[in-house]
Amino acid sequence: MNINPMAFVENLEYMGLGMLGIFIVIGLVVLVTVVLNKVTANKKDDNNQ
Amino acid sequence: MEALYENIFNFEWQMLVMWCLGGLLIYLAIKKDMEPTLLLPIGFGAIIVNLPMSGAIDRIVDGVVTQEGPLSTLYHAGIANELFPLILFIGIGAMIDFGPILSNPKLMVFGAAAQFGIFFTFCLASMFFETNDAASIAIIGAADGPTAIVVAQKLASKYIGAIMVAAYSYMALVPIIQPPIIRLLTTKKERRIRMPYKAASVSKTTRILFPIIITIITGIVAPDAVSLVGFLMFGNLIRECGVLDSLSETAQKVLANLITIFLGITIASQMHYDQFLKPDTLLILGLGLFAFIFDTAGGVLFAKLLNLFLKEKINPMIGAAGISAFPMSGRIVHKMGLKEDPQNFLLMHSIGVNVSGQIASVIAGGLILNFFLR
Repeated sequence: MNINPMAFVENLEYMGLGMLGIFIVIGLVVLVTVVLNKVTANKKDDNNQ
Repeated sequence: MEALYENIFNFEWQMLVMWCLGGLLIYLAIKKDMEPTLLLPIGFGAIIVNLPMSGAIDRIVDGVVTQEGPLSTLYHAGIANELFPLILFIGIGAMIDFGPILSNPKLMVFGAAAQFGIFFTFCLASMFFETNDAASIAIIGAADGPTAIVVAQKLASKYIGAIMVAAYSYMALVPIIQPPIIRLLTTKKERRIRMPYKAASVSKTTRILFPIIITIITGIVAPDAVSLVGFLMFGNLIRECGVLDSLSETAQKVLANLITIFLGITIASQMHYDQFLKPDTLLILGLGLFAFIFDTAGGVLFAKLLNLFLKEKINPMIGAAGISAFPMSGRIVHKMGLKEDPQNFLLMHSIGVNVSGQIASVIAGGLILNFFLR
């Protein structure tokens, strides 16, 4: 088995990109959910009035 | 007469080792109730695959298949093309209630943070393995069987047997792995932080639109993950639409159980001793454990980081619930909270974070494929 310690350092870029990517996607999902909750809650209030 | 005993001469000592491993998995499944739905079929499969000249798998002579085995046929029919784990995801999606995160969506960030172990383990694993294998090993940290199988298959990893055994074993060991890490990274005062729960209703429209929108967003960012997230969200849509109760029930029970039976025993076709008993396997088991540890650490430390800026503090233990081992991880955090303070009910928060971990782990799988699938 070949051990390549430099590979750890070289691949840190993917760690950064991966975590950034997940946070961006989850951030979008959170935003969409907040908007959905607000829109459907407003609809409910209008119907009640 | 010779026909009765001649196969004994095909016996190798490595087969006995695999029988013991299979027996161990069966013991853990039955006696310790550790993920029995998967560990028992995998354990039994490991035994039948490692019998001399076993007819359960293809018999290969000089590189030519001379006799087909049913487990190999099932492997090509359902795992080599990722079909079984994707269909299982329909059942899993139908079982999940996204209500807790829909009523408090900001908890989803902890699901994101708890995928740290995947990427950190990739960096570690890349020191020892080729990129595709390192990425497949890292996805053990997704704590999600179907995601791990799909990613490892798409990346054509040589180690799918070891990866599956590691993934499902560590999922079952979450009650042992997580608590010491959580205690190490938090103070008693932090573990006693109370988080009052304010129940908020979620409209049916939101519940129906959520799986559709998630699929679109994730599919655009990571097109190789469309099948993973799409099947999961399809299952959830069947559940939430309100007009397909019988399909939802079938997906949750009959379909999920059927696929689980085939999945477990078929995975074992990759556990022939010549593929499994290598030093690499021990290293994979070690790296898989690292992935779970750093997932837990990532979630907890992220919560502690947020607490530096928040007036209303978060109990950092809920960060650990962001791994996809649902619902075990959520329950562990809740129990640890009760142990520190019998009046501290963290369940709704921890389950919400746990559910978000399911979504985040699929996104992580998609990103891994985005980076490394050529």
